[in-house]
Amino acid sequence: MSRSTPVATRPRPKTPSPAAGPLKRYRSSVGKKAVMAVTGAILVLFLIAHAIGNLKVFLGREDFDHYSHWLRSVGEPAIPHRTFLTAMEVVLTVAVLLHIWAAISLARQARQARPVRYAARPKAHENRYATHVMRYGGIVVLLFVIWHLLDLTFGAVNPKGGDAQPYDKVIADFDPSRWYITLFYVVAVILVGLHLRHGLFSAVQTLGWGRQRRYPAVRLAADVVAALLVIGFVSVPVMVTIGVLN
Amino acid sequence: MKLTLKIWRQKNAADEGRMVSYEIDDVSPDMSFLEMLDVLNERLILDGEDPVAFDHDCREGICGMCSLVIDGTPHGPEKATTTCQLHMRKFKDGDVITIEPWRARAFPVVKDLVVDRSAFDRIIQAGGYVSAPTGSAPEAAAIPVPKEDANKAFDAATCIGCGACVAACPNASAMLFTAAKITHLGLLPQGQPERYDRVVKMVDQMDAEGFGGCTNTGECTAVCPKGIPFETISRLNADLLKASRG
Ligand code: SF4
Ligand code: FES
Repeated sequence: MSRSTPVATRPRPKTPSPAAGPLKRYRSSVGKKAVMAVTGAILVLFLIAHAIGNLKVFLGREDFDHYSHWLRSVGEPAIPHRTFLTAMEVVLTVAVLLHIWAAISLARQARQARPVRYAARPKAHENRYATHVMRYGGIVVLLFVIWHLLDLTFGAVNPKGGDAQPYDKVIADFDPSRWYITLFYVVAVILVGLHLRHGLFSAVQTLGWGRQRRYPAVRLAADVVAALLVIGFVSVPVMVTIGVLN
Repeated sequence: MKLTLKIWRQKNAADEGRMVSYEIDDVSPDMSFLEMLDVLNERLILDGEDPVAFDHDCREGICGMCSLVIDGTPHGPEKATTTCQLHMRKFKDGDVITIEPWRARAFPVVKDLVVDRSAFDRIIQAGGYVSAPTGSAPEAAAIPVPKEDANKAFDAATCIGCGACVAACPNASAMLFTAAKITHLGLLPQGQPERYDRVVKMVDQMDAEGFGGCTNTGECTAVCPKGIPFETISRLNADLLKASRG
């Protein structure tokens, strides 16, 4: 058979717009991934501190409430009341917004990049679950965070309301009669863990530190950090629901 | 062997295209996948039908012309093997095999299973070269290259530009292909003068062509017939970030 390839000559005018300045560079697909990696790392650091703080609940009501009070008064009188907490909230909000912006624009670019899908369901060659855990999982994680803030930060959906002491809010929230809330938290936190499992590995790769000989260790470290965080977070609601904490 | 082939048929770029089923008997297990398609095409020609257009050239796994997504996997079920080197003994009598073109906006279908991969040429044109004075070959020992670097550069240089990485990627990203060239030239002394300029230009071109962004799923390396390592992508990321910092 002769060569069946018709020569494709459809020159398309595809000259990328010249990059102006370093900020512009972060608008490339690789730059957006870097934004995701750095903002993701900030959020993971916060989660580690958050998980450790939560464990104070096991030291008893006084320690826990005191810790929550300390977060608001730290640095006083040198800095005004709630400076540290407000600064942290600003940093975290900016990080979350940038993370989501980059994720949405990369997801949109990806969707446009494959207008016709495959008829055969692509087999998982590597870890195709990662895309689902990251994109759809990310949306679920966001909804969970919103609920979680309304619940334990603002108290809007907490049985004790917004003015109660933190310890009381936690105990009332995960009361055995409200086991479904606990279940919801557990499922959501596991999703966060899966998100981090790929996210941590991905951040290392994106920031340019991925090498063949390091991958096993990086994957292991990502799994361990994700698992420890899940255990740390899940322990509080579960212990309240089974009556160990009351 | 008797097989059922479900093949994507599309008259030209404007045609909508559809999957068409063909029954084929007396397939020998010793045939290559492309020879099996040759047999089908001979029959189609004798029947006065339009033969199935597919790309191929060397048929020995070195030119990068052959493609085909076979049952959802670019280059079919055998690891580190191009379609032309895939043999029918990998299949069983009675199998139904789905055959589709690479799916990516940047790789428009020309006819049937043939796609236009000139987007890759334009990425290379954007920066995948070194500037060197022509003339007689330089003295081989004049520029020493550490053995380790030479090995890694060579591994990256084995990319045949087939595009399977794009076809497999859930984002239709061209990162592995681009990263292979960045790594190949970036590890060698001859590639240094243009190193950071190169990465910026090639990534810009990659985005401008309409490929998706990399989300580190690793699907690309899993199907790459040349086993281009995943770390090449991290090397590209490192170079781009360094270029962005100025
Ligand atoms: S990186 Fe591998 S799959 Fe991609 S074009 Fe090169 S050889 Fe083909
Ligand atoms: S035809 Fe040349 S690599 Fe397959």
